[in-house]
Amino acid sequence: MQSFTVHTGIVAALQRDNVDTDQIIPKQFLKRIERTGYGDVLFFDWRYDRDSCPDPSFPLNAPQYRGATILLAGKNFGCGSSREHAVWALRDYGFRAIIAPSFADIFANNCLKNGVLTVVLPPAEIAQLNARDAAGLYRLKVDLEQCQVSGDGGFQAKFQIDAFTRTCLLEGLDEIGMTLKREAEIARYERTRQVGL
Amino acid sequence: MTARTLFDKIWDRHLLCNGPEGSSLLYIDLHLVHEVTSPQAFEGLRIAKRKVRRPELTFATLDHNIPTTGNRMVLEDALARTQVEALRKNCREFDVPLFDLDAPEQGIVHVIGPELGLTQPGMTIVCGDSHTSTHGAFGALAFGIGTSEVEHVLATQCLVQKKPKSMLVRFTGATGAGVTAKDLILALIAQIGIDGATGHVIEYAGEAIRALSMEARMTVCNMSIEGGARAGMIAPDQTTFDYLKGRRFAPQGEAWEKAEKQWATLQSDPGAKFDSTVDINAAQIAPFVTWGTNPGMAAPVTGEVPGPDRGVNDSERNSIARALEYMGLSAHTRIEDISVDRVFIGSCTNARLEDIRSAARVVKGYRISKSVQGMIVPGSQQVKRAAEKEGLHRIFTEAGFEWRESGCSMCLGMNADRLKPGERCASTSNRNFEGRQGAGGRTHLVSPAMAAAAAVAGRFVDVRNWHYKD
Repeated sequence: MQSFTVHTGIVAALQRDNVDTDQIIPKQFLKRIERTGYGDVLFFDWRYDRDSCPDPSFPLNAPQYRGATILLAGKNFGCGSSREHAVWALRDYGFRAIIAPSFADIFANNCLKNGVLTVVLPPAEIAQLNARDAAGLYRLKVDLEQCQVSGDGGFQAKFQIDAFTRTCLLEGLDEIGMTLKREAEIARYERTRQVGL
Repeated sequence: MTARTLFDKIWDRHLLCNGPEGSSLLYIDLHLVHEVTSPQAFEGLRIAKRKVRRPELTFATLDHNIPTTGNRMVLEDALARTQVEALRKNCREFDVPLFDLDAPEQGIVHVIGPELGLTQPGMTIVCGDSHTSTHGAFGALAFGIGTSEVEHVLATQCLVQKKPKSMLVRFTGATGAGVTAKDLILALIAQIGIDGATGHVIEYAGEAIRALSMEARMTVCNMSIEGGARAGMIAPDQTTFDYLKGRRFAPQGEAWEKAEKQWATLQSDPGAKFDSTVDINAAQIAPFVTWGTNPGMAAPVTGEVPGPDRGVNDSERNSIARALEYMGLSAHTRIEDISVDRVFIGSCTNARLEDIRSAARVVKGYRISKSVQGMIVPGSQQVKRAAEKEGLHRIFTEAGFEWRESGCSMCLGMNADRLKPGERCASTSNRNFEGRQGAGGRTHLVSPAMAAAAAVAGRFVDVRNWHYKD
């Protein structure tokens, strides 16, 4: 897995609640059998008009967000379908971290398995960031070692993440490899379960 | 010993050990696989030179991107064909059993698991699909996972998890005639919101739940994810055991007796603590119709479309305004005044035999409206054969419906079954997100009986007042 330690980047804001994974990547792009190559179709139906031209009314098409690597999202981001393609598309587009008041469970899991950090901040701090966005382009530093988000102008907020996920991300660990090392335990469990049922 | 919930009991039984830094390693009893969320996982195994640890606990089928008409062994869509062929190749290479397009067992993954008896009480069940929550109807802990986790389960038969919280949802009172499991779950989601159960496993209980058949219980558990829940479950009882007995993969003979005894213990202990509790009076629930662009935007058929002023803050007011614009609806339109162009009866939510029967009973003796195109897509080949044996397909075709082959079809429109921009559909599926059934398409979620009535009337009508011709 790609590791995540400290990342500083431009913040793009998408102030909509309950953005579902069907919007993040529509169904017609789920037929590919690769893990990469989804960046161009991220938010396809919102991002492009019927003639396949970028729709200027879609926030991420704003020129100042070019090169953004941190997404500031609304509550319950990533709800709906479990499609990991949604995370692959966000990652391929360039996002390394997503900050929101809340995330849907499966989506958040999928992000963390792909080295994309989900940061939950309280609504008041999200509102502060959205106010910053209205005032113009800004950058944030997302520091997983310190579990802290900070930016110029004095913004600073702590966030929580469970210890194991944090270690996996910091060290870019192969979670499957770690579980496979516990083969003896798994085999023992299987033996006792067969007797026990 | 402390009182435990049903969820606690299944969790504890499958917890291998507490892993490093508070993580839990959970053993998985059954892993269901389909063509869309698995190719990258198998590829990951190949790259790392890993095997599928327990191929005999893994079952694959083709359902998401396959056609529902014509010769299904010949796929015209090149991308879909590549994905279908990838699953065939992966199943051969890794020894995973596959119910292919010509198999009598083929169908939607969440329909065939239960009907084959693969789904059993007390199990942990996962699949790369959010509607895996369906299987919780049997008192199993069943939840959707992403492709990285699919790879983890294939390689290890385990999953690293953080234990979710628990929520008890009690449907008290008896459900009225014409009100179905779909209406119960839509009413719940309308009440708690689409993130009302995020981070929780729901246990459904109460008189109205106990009275439901297994197929109806599956409809309730299926849509748990639409309320944000990690999983939904119902404690097994005689209804569960009667459904399972004699099914192909269910225990037989002495093993059945032993299993049934053990399953009977799978209930929340009296006094077991839930992190939260929701009570709903089932007797007051009417047939529900969604009017917006998420499953929580729903109203009783006797009600009307709300205006943005219903929102409690700017964000909600914006969401409602956006939804109304997308849906082409104005505030205060009566639900019964909304006309439809398409009717889709299908999906893992509502395409089992009872659903098909319930729609057929409404349609019998009628023709569908000239302005409506109607489609019935059975959840599996087994459902299709059973319905045909009862002659239900003729009721539908004589009424003007198309009778299709099994698959996910227009629930998500990965195949050719899609809405055109602006088309309005009464659908028995589970998601009314923008573009879900086709870019620009407008979806209203309803029960099979409500969808069938809408097909005949050309608009939504209260099926409780239906004149049945049977």
